[in-house]
Formats: sequence, structure tokens, C-alpha cells
Amino acid sequence: MARSMCWHCQSEVTGEYFCDRCVKVQPLSKDSDYFTCFALPRLLTIDAQTLETKFYELSRAFHPDFFQRKTDAEQAISLDNSALLNTAYRTLKDPIRRAEYLVQLEAGSVKDIRTSPPADLFEEILELQEDLDDFRAACSDDQTSERDRLRAKLMDKREHLERRQQTMESDLRSLFTTWDHLQTQDDRNQAVRAEKDATLKHMREILSNRTYLRNIVNDLTATIG
Amino acid sequence: MARIFGIDLGTTNSLIAYMDGNTPRVIPGRHGRTMVPSVVALTDNGILVGDPAKEYLIRGSERTVYSVKRFMGRGLADVAEELKYFPYRLTEHGGVIRIQLGEKTYSPPQISAMILKELKLRAEAHLGEDVSKVVITVPAYFNDSQRQATKDAGMIAGLEVLRIINEPTAASLAYGLQKRTQGQIAVFDLGGGTFDISILKLKNGIFEVLSTNGNTHLGGDDLDRAVVNHFLKEIRTRHGFDVHGFPDTLQSVRLEAERAKIRLSDEQKTSVALDLPEGRGTFHSELTRDQLEALTKDLVEQTLAPCRSALQDAGLQPSDIDEVVLVGGSTRMPLVRRRVQDLFGKTPHSHLNPDEVVALGAAVQADILSGGIQDMLLLDVTPLSLGIETMGGVMSTLIRRNTTIPASAKEMFTTYVDGQTSVDIHILQGERELAKDNRSLARFQLKMPPLPAGVPRIEVTFLIDANGILNVTAKDVRTEKVQSIQVKPSYGLSDDEVERMIGESFKFAAEDLQARQLIEARTEAEAIIKATEKALQQGRQLISPDETQAIKASLAALEAARTQGDHKAIRARIADVEKATHHLAEVLMDHSLKEALENKKLSELT
Repeated sequence: MARSMCWHCQSEVTGEYFCDRCVKVQPLSKDSDYFTCFALPRLLTIDAQTLETKFYELSRAFHPDFFQRKTDAEQAISLDNSALLNTAYRTLKDPIRRAEYLVQLEAGSVKDIRTSPPADLFEEILELQEDLDDFRAACSDDQTSERDRLRAKLMDKREHLERRQQTMESDLRSLFTTWDHLQTQDDRNQAVRAEKDATLKHMREILSNRTYLRNIVNDLTATIG
Repeated sequence: MARIFGIDLGTTNSLIAYMDGNTPRVIPGRHGRTMVPSVVALTDNGILVGDPAKEYLIRGSERTVYSVKRFMGRGLADVAEELKYFPYRLTEHGGVIRIQLGEKTYSPPQISAMILKELKLRAEAHLGEDVSKVVITVPAYFNDSQRQATKDAGMIAGLEVLRIINEPTAASLAYGLQKRTQGQIAVFDLGGGTFDISILKLKNGIFEVLSTNGNTHLGGDDLDRAVVNHFLKEIRTRHGFDVHGFPDTLQSVRLEAERAKIRLSDEQKTSVALDLPEGRGTFHSELTRDQLEALTKDLVEQTLAPCRSALQDAGLQPSDIDEVVLVGGSTRMPLVRRRVQDLFGKTPHSHLNPDEVVALGAAVQADILSGGIQDMLLLDVTPLSLGIETMGGVMSTLIRRNTTIPASAKEMFTTYVDGQTSVDIHILQGERELAKDNRSLARFQLKMPPLPAGVPRIEVTFLIDANGILNVTAKDVRTEKVQSIQVKPSYGLSDDEVERMIGESFKFAAEDLQARQLIEARTEAEAIIKATEKALQQGRQLISPDETQAIKASLAALEAARTQGDHKAIRARIADVEKATHHLAEVLMDHSLKEALENKKLSELT
């Protein structure tokens, strides 16, 4: 992470996070993304142990506890760096958040994508919404047998949706591998670029569908218990 | 650099500790006790803090404040349900509770500042050095307002508060230092007024908090109330008498209930006797541990749901926890220990004194800050989600609960109308969907350049620092200009008010110290005169008339000194009385020992 100049002594900074000459802490660049923050390549398979070790190491370098006796400027950098580091760790630690973040970095925000149901589940989800409405009505009218019948039906559906979620997650995992492999290829190759775009697009779709499904399942659980 | 001290500012008791080489130590007072009762009394002689103030609970209850921590950073509506339990009068001004003592009103941070000053003086007397920099502990589940109020208290006391640290995590530091534990631990902290559960991962000197949960209104005070209500019912049935009109007696009942509860941690059965006012005789009662457990079962049960939530947020099962650590006086209750053991499936331990471990941990954190310990680092979390109110009164979360701190979030704001010059922002803390169901932290107004709608771009950074306290900054993205923001706290003192209180506190500091020493000496003199007169009555026939005469003379001298304004003279006369009664005390001791032995023989015979 070569940076042009130390904010304090103006000498060139070649070390990772501290100036070689005056040993002052350097601000993590505003433009640095969470991967560069951890000095990691933009890959989706990350070893949890390695990430944790690096997180602890950087926490020891930046945490405000160790800057209590330093200047105000250094304290401010320590605070900003720590906050950025903590966000970066939280994002990269979780595979789903990590993927969402990467897709956002490489191809705009995932959240901008539609929130309509996945096409192949459209019918099923419409039907599910109707059943949910009937169930709520049965609850408020105290129709015990109808309520129990609908609950059993909804539980079956939830199980189906949860299996579907699992499929999505395993699909994502294989896309992770594809992406990581593509990252080792030459980007100037048009075919590689096209495949990368396709992978990102596919991931984005699964991530968005997954979020949609998760909300439906949460809603179901909140209603039928 | 001046030494940094660690302070446990508790609901019931407060302590101050420091690092002595590699060992954290709690500083004892003149009488060897390490705990300063968190009690402040306004007496005719002036303000008293700690043990001497505690005596006024039952003879000046309307002007004696205890458990003030329950009011920190809160409004009157927050504590409406428990108002009836407190003998002193509470009002509200500017979103902050005020406590009426005589002619004046005090904010909770001001009362807490008096306790902090007492601790400061205690440490200064003990070590003979200036105490100016401190770390103060708060319950992990304290929200932003409660933390800020604690920081204000420190400032009012003339202290530089270098860090606010969570009590359960402080405890883990003290444990970690001693045992070098590795693995996942749960710290269960049930104190006088608050409950916290924190789940931590300890690895190579890093103390990473995974999650925290709790209830800032659940503790020993609430357990006591259950017992108080039981006694009040008994008094009503047996004596046909309602104690509620007699605040001093009500306090006696409360103190008796607390003591009975404490005794029942070691015994199966205990008896209680207390004098009723206006010659209504004495109330006698017995309480068994089973009865106590039946009375407090529901309250203890309330600690379990937060434990389960904390485990869930940490992504752990109870069986993943390697050790359960108990903190806080209320964890001495066998019922609490049993329920904790049931939940986690392992015996909880408390190798360190649960009353002192938080203060010891604060001293460890103080040492880390002063550059002493370098291999330990605490990574704590924010206990509650932070967000802002958006259209339709919904809370939009910016920083989720259990995020490692320091944590920051940026949000871009713009205008909806052409030429609009400001946007109102309402900051919230809590886990509910709707803004109105969450805690209002503060409001501020963002200034906008008068441009067409949607063109201005103001970036606001919400930063929760290592104290768990929010800082807000704003920047115009187009001009890169930083905007200063006047944040108005919903439940806190304004900066001006804190300034004024610091000023007042300094102005009176010198007089305060003189007055305080005098008050303390007088209070002690009164207690000694009373005790000596009683001893004389009991032991008159055991000593010579000359000795009686000498004691009486020393008492008269003390009585005379007491009315004068010199605390040193009073202390000297107290020493004289102690010397004069030395022999009498011995004789009385022998006598009662003999009596006890004789009684024993008698009971053995029958």
C-alpha cells in the first residue's frame, strides 16, 4: 500500500500503515476498499482464521487505547482507521455480506435490483400470500380446525422455501469459486471479462432472490410461529 | 504522566482502584472498607457521602439520595412506576430528572459527581498523589444518554474521564489478567440496579466482545422491593398499620429486607425485628430461603431471556461457552447461581470478589491507556442499534447492535423543496421498527445551501467512539466544507449546563473539603458519644468509679469540641475517648463472652 506522503513529516510512505521515518500512524485512504484495508486480493473465498488473525493484528495497530498519549491528529486517525477496520471485518467475515460488497464494488449496488419475487417462484409465492391471509383470518375468527390445516400447509411450504434457500447458497458457493478462478486470469482477455460480468450478474440475482426469500420466510415464521 | 485510576460507579456501592505494579488494587477508606455506599445526604451540617450518609437513610430519608444511577440519563416518565419507592422528591427540567434536596435541586450527574469526589479524595489520601484522570465503568446495556450522563458526572467532579468502559467487560479484563483464560466466556453481571450479559472471545490477549444484552432496570434493588412488599403486607395484617406515611420507617424496612436477603444466601432461615413508629411496638418476622426464592423467582427469570438473545446474536449455543463468570453482589444468591447453571449447563465461578472485580478491571483498562499493559486489548460492542427517523416515523438503522466500536456510518442528505435551507434529523437508539418505540437520543438541524431540490449533498458521519458515545459530523460534499452541528440531547444536560455545574463544583471545592471533614468528624463524634454512653450503662459495675469519671470527662471534652468548627480538634478528642474506653471495651467483651459461654453450657445441659 504505497502512499505518496506522510501527513506529518512529508516523507514518502512505503510501509503499510505507519510512516517509516517519523513512525506516525497513517490514515487508511478514503478510497481504500475493505479488501485493500486487509491487504487482501478481491477474492470471495477467505479463510476465517487468517482474516481474524489479521483483524486482531490491525486492531493492535490502530485501536484508540494505544493512542491516548499521542497528539490529537493521531488520535483522530486512530479512531477513523479503527472504525473503518471494524466495518471491513464485519463485512468480509460473513460470506453473504462479503459477496454483496464485492458485487457492489464491481458492478453497482445489489440493493438497486428489483425486489419482485424470483420468476420461477412467482406462482408459488402468490399462493403462499393467499394462504397467509386465510390463516390470519382463521386466527381472528377462532376457526381452530381451519387454522391448524393452514398452519400445517404453511409449514410444508416454509420447508420447501428453506430447501430452496440452501440451493441458492450452494449455487453462490460455486460462483465464488468461479469468480476466484477468473481473478487469476488476464483481464485484458475479452472472454474473461465477459465471463466475469456474467458471474457478477448471476451472483447479484441470487443475492437479491435470497434476500427476498429470507424476508418471506421471516414473515412466515412471525405469523405461524 | 499522572496515574489513571479505575472507578466502579455502582448503584449501591462505588469503588476506586489502581494498578500497583502488575496487580490491580482497590483502595480502602479510613476504616478499611473498600466500598463507598453510593449514598448522598443533605444534613443540617452539610452534604455527606458514603458510610456517614447511609445513617441518614433512616433519620432523614427525604433528603438522602440512594440508587441515583437508576436516574442517570433518564426522564421522569421513564421511572414513573418506581417513584413511589423513593422517599426523596423528583422533578424534571429540560428532559433531565432533578432531585429536590432542601431548597436546591440536583441533577443525577451532580449527585454522582459527589460520589466521584469522595472516591477521588479517598485515593488521594491513600496514595498521597493527585487524582485527575479516570476510567469509569457503566452497565454494558447503558444507552448513549446514560453514558453521556456518566461522563458529565466525571467532568462535574473535576475529573478527566479518559474512557467509559462496560462493567462486564471490565470484569473480564480482571479475570483475564489473573487467569490468562482462552476461549469463549459469558459474563453474567447482576448488580444493585442493572443486569448485563456479555459474551466474549478471549484469544492471545484480545478480548473480543461478540454480543451483549441486558436490562438497565433490574437488580438487587428490585429483589429488595419484592421482600419489602412482603414485609409491608405482614405489618399491615399483624399491626393494622400502613408504613407508607412514614418514609424513615419505610427505609428501615428496605434496609432490613436487604440484610435479610443477603443473610439468606448463607442461611436457610433468618429473623427480622424492627421498631414501628409512634409506639406501635416491634415487628418480628421470619423469612426462609424458599420464601425469598418464591418472592424473587419472576425477577430472576427475567435475566434469562437477555442471555438467550446474547447467545443467539453471538451465533453460539450454551454448550459453546467455556466459562461462565459471575459479577455483582446479587449473583451471591443461590437461586441466581442455580438458574445460570441450568441455562449454560456448567457451574459458574466467581474466583474474584464479585463486588470488587469491576473496579479491578477498570484499573486494568486504565493501565492499558497509560501504556503499561500492552498485550491486552478490549474490543467492545455497542449494545443498541443506532438509527435515524425517516419518513412515516420509521427507524432506519445505521449501526446495528453488537457492532464492534469504534463504529461509523455515513449517510447522505439532500432537500425535497427548491431553496430549502435546513433538514431536521432525529437520532434514535433501539431495536423496534417505529421511531416512537425507540429511545430518542438527540435532534439536530442540518443547514442546506439554498439550491434546487435534490442538488445539495450533505454527508453526515455518525461515529460511535470507544466509549460507546455518539459523535456527529457533517460535510458539504460539493464544497468539502465541514459543518458544525449543535446536537440537542433528548435526555441530557446541555453543554452550558455542564459547564455551569463544573464551575459551581470548583467554586465550592475548597470550602467543600473543609466542610466535609468537619461534618464527617461531627457525625463520627455523635456515633461515638452514643455508643460510649450505652457501654457505660452496661458496664458501670464492671469498672472503678475513677475510670467512669475519666470516661465521662473525655466525653464532655468531645461534646464541647463537636460544637466547635475544628475537625482536627474533634478527631483528637475522639482519640481520647477511644483511649479512655479501651479497658471498658475489653471488660465488656470478656463479660459478654462469659455470658455466651454460660448460656451455651446451659443449653448443652438441657
